[in-house]
Amino acid sequence: MNINTTKIISLLFFIFSVFYLYTAYQIQVFAFDENAPFNARTFPIYLGYAGLFFSGLKLILPDPDTIKVEHKTLEYKKTALLIVIAIIYGATILKVGYFLTTSLFLFASYYFLGERRWVLMFLLSFPFVAGFMYLLHGVLEIYLRDPFLKSIGVMG
Amino acid sequence: MTEGILIGLTTALSFQNIFMVMIGCFFGTIIGMLPGLGPMTAIALMIPITYGFDPATGLILMAGVYYGAVFGGSTSSILLNAPGVPGTVATSFDGYPMAQQGKAGKALAIAAWSSFAGGTLSAIYLLFMAPSLSKVSLSFRSPDYFALMILGLTAIAAFSSKGQFLKAMMMVVLGLMLASVGQDSLSDITRFTFDNMNLTDGISFVLVVMSTFAMSEALTIILKRNDPTAAAKQVSLTELGSIRINKEERGKMYRTIPRSSVIGFLIGVLPGAGATIASFLAYGMERNLVKDEEKEKFGKGSVNGLSAPETANNAACSGSFVPMLTLGIPGSGTTAVMLGALLGFGIQPGPRLYMTNPEIFWSVIMSMYIGMVILLILNLPLIPYIARILAVPKNYLIPLILFFSITGIYVMSFNNFDIYLMIGIAVVATFLRLYDFPMPPLILAFVLGGLMEENLRRSLLLSNGSWEFLWDRTLTVCILVTTILIVLWHIYKTLTKK
Repeated sequence: MNINTTKIISLLFFIFSVFYLYTAYQIQVFAFDENAPFNARTFPIYLGYAGLFFSGLKLILPDPDTIKVEHKTLEYKKTALLIVIAIIYGATILKVGYFLTTSLFLFASYYFLGERRWVLMFLLSFPFVAGFMYLLHGVLEIYLRDPFLKSIGVMG
Repeated sequence: MTEGILIGLTTALSFQNIFMVMIGCFFGTIIGMLPGLGPMTAIALMIPITYGFDPATGLILMAGVYYGAVFGGSTSSILLNAPGVPGTVATSFDGYPMAQQGKAGKALAIAAWSSFAGGTLSAIYLLFMAPSLSKVSLSFRSPDYFALMILGLTAIAAFSSKGQFLKAMMMVVLGLMLASVGQDSLSDITRFTFDNMNLTDGISFVLVVMSTFAMSEALTIILKRNDPTAAAKQVSLTELGSIRINKEERGKMYRTIPRSSVIGFLIGVLPGAGATIASFLAYGMERNLVKDEEKEKFGKGSVNGLSAPETANNAACSGSFVPMLTLGIPGSGTTAVMLGALLGFGIQPGPRLYMTNPEIFWSVIMSMYIGMVILLILNLPLIPYIARILAVPKNYLIPLILFFSITGIYVMSFNNFDIYLMIGIAVVATFLRLYDFPMPPLILAFVLGGLMEENLRRSLLLSNGSWEFLWDRTLTVCILVTTILIVLWHIYKTLTKK
């Protein structure tokens, strides 16, 4: 059976809207605001119903322009790998510091995308990040926390 | 008034002030190109420097930074599909596809000329209409703003590709839902935070725009790497193309620029509206006005589609000075920062500013002409060099886009949670894009969400909970009728095409 993915997305959005609406009704408002014409939960409640309305319409109305995606040609493995590297980057940036994690993130991303020109990969990671960091930290005075550079005495 | 204009012209043409405009435009362009650092950040960084000058020079420097940063934001929208500021989101709709077709140089040139024309024309409108427009802008009430936002959101959904209206409306609702996360602006009650402190302040605009545009674009390119049609597109990415605009394209721009500059300026004048709504409305209006064959090109690299928002966002920048200078009400976040700086100089903006401080009021307006010329002179020769970003092989370009996106978020919040959230939204957005769910409606809704709720709140409270405010005022009714007509027109066009 050929399942129309757009309909599945619409169904997921419908379920999400139900959850959103339920959560909107749970928003605690001040006692004196409870019967006010507008309080913190009014707008979210309207949004929840709007979500149900539009996703419901998409679900029940015929869909003449079905989108066909060729899953066989899609590079799921490399995309997933890149996402995992980005998550690791996010997890370590505060503890290790901006310079080392960003440089390693860039170097690893180039490598996993199939690049093997080591000198160029190096130049576009460590010195590039150092230059960018100088622009942010040195010129624009945007503080960048970096325990690694601090531990080796490069940053104060 | 003539005397004031002459005083302003003399002040603006002093060597120091021309130099300040140049510095401001250059600095603003560079900052605007960096994702996450928009005009607001650029101006905020300039405030300590401006206090070393007299108020007129300080304000001229900040104005230069402002329109420089807006132009810089357009550059990253066109080349990387990474709009750093809300006002340049609409630029990416046709600018990025044009760059993908190997016309990056041309897209940047169209953007530069449109920005120049939009900024210059609106400076002329500002010159003649500033005092009287400030009175008109005050006549807009909350119901009118609410209706204007409904119009903007409906228009962008209606003008999405054929058969995508419902998908676009779902994205509008999703954008509004994302905007509702965090503290309620009036009562400070937290909503949809699930006891997570990181969500108390809500989700930042830069995070949403970077994840749905830049990051998801990068992931889509990797995902479709082996897709033969996508691969063909990538080949053309390395071609920079000419920056020359031919006669036919000039003809299109001649028609688009005047009307987009008017809508941009008028929207810019409205307090709280600003460049974002202006650029989206100008884009929607342009799509509605062009011939059917040109309409088909919208979203695929249309000259009109690129020129309209670029003209409008720059025109709105100049327009936003009207409520700031004449009423003391900032038209956008950026002018709010400038207003703060102006108050720091000990100057109280208001209806009498152009009489009590003519050298400040008129010199800022006069410096806008000079600024637009300088911006063009600075940027046109640089286009071939800027456009070379696209010639970077995608093995390098993709990680660099991810790097700029993540850094943009990191320097704003310095926490891991925002990075995880960004990756999560980017993954969902990539999946939705595969099935042709449009992202621009989501972004516009996210930007307008807070304002929309605010204006609905005021309207409902003033009418004691009754929805009569929708038909109480002629202006509100006119805007809502326009909205209904757009939807009906869209339905009619869809049915007749079938």
